[in-house]
Amino acid sequence: MSAVLDQTIRKSDENSIAKTTVIGKRIPKPDAPDKATGRTIYINDMVLPRMLFGKILHTDRVHAKIISIDTSAAKALAGVYAVITGDDIPLLKFGTTRDNVPLKAGKVRCTRDEVAAVAAESEEIAARAIDLIKVEYEDLPPVFSPTEALKDGAPVVQEDHPDNHSLYYEFIHGDVAAAEAASDIVVDHEFDLPYVTHCCMGPSCVIADFDTNGKLTIYSQTQYPYNFKMDLAPALGIHPGDIRVIQPPVGGAFGSKLDVYPFEPICALLAKEVRRPVKLTFSREEEFINSPTRQPAEYKIRSGVNKDGTLTFRKIDCLMNNGAYTSWGPTTPLVQMRTFTGHMRVPVVEYKGLSVYTNSVYAGSFRGYGNVQATFCTASIMDMLAEEVGMNPIEFSLKNAQNPGEITPQGSILNDCRLKECIEIAADKTDFLNKHEANKVARKESGRFKYGIGLGTSIHNAGGAKIHKSDGCGSILKLDDYARATLITGASEIGQGIDAVLCQIVTEELGIPISDVTIVNNDSAIGPWDVGVHASRTTFIAGNSALRAARAARKQILDAAAKQSNVTAEELDLRQGHVVQADNGVPVVKLDKLLRQMHFGEEPELVMTTDYYEPNSEGEDENHVGSLSAAWAHAAYVAEVEVDTETGEVRVIKITAVQDVGRVINRLGIEGQIEGGISVSLGYALSEEVQLAEGKVLNPNFRDYKVFTAPETPEIEMHFVESDCKEGPLGAKGIAELPAIVPAPAVANAVYNAIGIRFHKPPLTPEKVARALYAKQD
Amino acid sequence: MSLEIEIEFTLNGRLTQVKVPPTMTTLTMLREELDLTGSKLACGEGECGACTVLIDDRTINTCLMFAVDCHGRELLTIEGMTTAAGLDKVQQAFVDYGAIQCGYCMPGMIMQAKYLIDNNPDGRVSRSDIARGLEGNICRCSGYTKVVDVVAAAMLEENAS
Repeated sequence: MSAVLDQTIRKSDENSIAKTTVIGKRIPKPDAPDKATGRTIYINDMVLPRMLFGKILHTDRVHAKIISIDTSAAKALAGVYAVITGDDIPLLKFGTTRDNVPLKAGKVRCTRDEVAAVAAESEEIAARAIDLIKVEYEDLPPVFSPTEALKDGAPVVQEDHPDNHSLYYEFIHGDVAAAEAASDIVVDHEFDLPYVTHCCMGPSCVIADFDTNGKLTIYSQTQYPYNFKMDLAPALGIHPGDIRVIQPPVGGAFGSKLDVYPFEPICALLAKEVRRPVKLTFSREEEFINSPTRQPAEYKIRSGVNKDGTLTFRKIDCLMNNGAYTSWGPTTPLVQMRTFTGHMRVPVVEYKGLSVYTNSVYAGSFRGYGNVQATFCTASIMDMLAEEVGMNPIEFSLKNAQNPGEITPQGSILNDCRLKECIEIAADKTDFLNKHEANKVARKESGRFKYGIGLGTSIHNAGGAKIHKSDGCGSILKLDDYARATLITGASEIGQGIDAVLCQIVTEELGIPISDVTIVNNDSAIGPWDVGVHASRTTFIAGNSALRAARAARKQILDAAAKQSNVTAEELDLRQGHVVQADNGVPVVKLDKLLRQMHFGEEPELVMTTDYYEPNSEGEDENHVGSLSAAWAHAAYVAEVEVDTETGEVRVIKITAVQDVGRVINRLGIEGQIEGGISVSLGYALSEEVQLAEGKVLNPNFRDYKVFTAPETPEIEMHFVESDCKEGPLGAKGIAELPAIVPAPAVANAVYNAIGIRFHKPPLTPEKVARALYAKQD
Repeated sequence: MSLEIEIEFTLNGRLTQVKVPPTMTTLTMLREELDLTGSKLACGEGECGACTVLIDDRTINTCLMFAVDCHGRELLTIEGMTTAAGLDKVQQAFVDYGAIQCGYCMPGMIMQAKYLIDNNPDGRVSRSDIARGLEGNICRCSGYTKVVDVVAAAMLEENAS
């Protein structure tokens, strides 16, 4: 056996295998062929044997006492298996601050409130049964705005919070009063940021099934399967360990599936009642009304700047509409504070953020999580302050941009900060300064169409975000007798493309084709723990874990090869399914053959490795100081717009994206993330808003809620700055949120450049822009 | 027992007979009666295009069309574009260009793309014309750029061949 690799060192020859790389290449997603052929079975497509269909009765009130619920007619309908109300189940609290219950009893607090649920043979019968349930209410006075809810005598939304206060965040660094007194210029700005929603193309869906031992299998769209168990269990009164989460393919997530929402425990309660699998799916209207939104927020911001263009302080008062219950939305200060304290060098900062209970709908997390709101403010303010001090936006931004190695007041460590480079490239590639000046001249002239160019910059965590005790991800890697690899990872795939990235990383280390790597990540009973897909963290965290597992496997393989030959492991490499001599690529042995020799030899061994990667970051202390993320990244986006001064329509002509990505792993994936993020951000800037009146959603459909479609999509040019992040996997940083954050204020700044009107309240709809234009003329 | 009507049509090249209630949509028939779940229900109101199918060579939002109206027609769904030889070249282009992320809207998007490509014999359609042709299909992941790239490239190739 030991004589298998009896070759002596050979010279390079025609059989030599050159070293190649898959990193930075354009790699299609492994699941794309099935998705392109309609073969993929999404959760919405799934049918289980004996499965029933669930449906929820949502209240038609916004704040009312429940006097009685009559379910008798619904129960009597043929094909109905169960009807449950809040009176039938224990009121077990769940949610981010444990202020929600699956089915409401006694009182409803917002338009989403779930008062009864049905399981039936078909969706049609379930819907008919819902219509037969009669609820008697006594209306209570409602309150919808946080300002009103703070007043004495305001209606109380949650009885445990008589002052309607939900969450409060405060960060103070330095003496604001002294900084204000010492500043040459002090300016106040107010912003009012709207409700928008994710619009996942696959509506919310869940299938729950209890086995005879009382264990729950839940087929879920969740993007955080492991902590999902922890958060779901309290709503059901069962042990988290008795929950198994299966993750079929999902139609989008974007942060909307980072919490447990009532429909999930309700579906499980129905399944428990009927002892059969139950599937519950939202209609599009239900999706618009009941799925979480982005957190709306009102800001009062005071900024200081000296005549030479140096920022002196920022003071932020943030008021958030908490809605009736608390999901992740009101916790967004955790991330927005990082922007207010870290977007540009600001020596003195004070942030106060309060969320207030109202009878409005409630917000969750949404791609960009708090930074979308914060950057709309800070990037707009940068543009305004530049004008205050008589500088152009580029010069002003460069003056205040941090240098590598700086640490922000909250402790974000900007080791490899490339903000200045991003700004310089953006300015250079767009001819920013000339256009900016020319537009300012042209806007004073006559003409229906005005043109504008605007800069947006920002910072975002790019190496995870330690908001839990661990920000880690586990990996299990195995190779079979045919040199096929299976990577079992904790990281979820929600369409973002981690499947391709992890295949590339394994391929790069093990020298096998990408198609020989299988990713398994859809079953919490199999996968190792991961905190979830959020915070632009998955390439960084799961990538690092996969890389380390692959490197351990590589070491095991090369050690075995070295043992059987007359060279050391360091002199060997893995290329194209072979062990080769590292210096000249001469094949030593085929990898599959070696693996079989290892497996079936005298000292049998399988190549199986595990890894748990915890990033080198620290959670915040009680004062909100700590590194939080193992890496930070910056971006500079330039928007060029055309404004129709007659209709108020803003057309985005071009977006130039410049972003520090650490290192490109999958060029196709990174382009797709940037293009998709821009689309969401342009909707935030120009067209999207969940409109509420008296607590009810006015536009729960795609006709009236306007997402971007292909014709509005501008030309996109992108430039990647590769800072080669030391801590990142092969140098990569997380990238997927900045594209959803920075374009919106760049558009608002461009509109200002075009028509000289500043908008503090997106979306900049034609109506809003036209009204402002006409008001200016009057 | 609700009334059912027997209809007959060509589905992906195969003669198909099915009994459907008069109120059933074409989309529900495809998904629930014929197990063709490639076409998606995403809005049910004809606003998003995820249920797009070619019927007599025209793209139709099948969530708005009664199943009984399929009688005597020819339907091509996303499943019917693939042959034993593999993916249709439009499907393959969506894969190769990285246009697919979550992919939920893509069966509908691909049907609409195929329609645009097949109905552009001179290959002189601009990117803005292509985008206009895709405006009935909502995608929340891709931002559309790569989808337009796919269609533009496919049109060029059609024209060259």
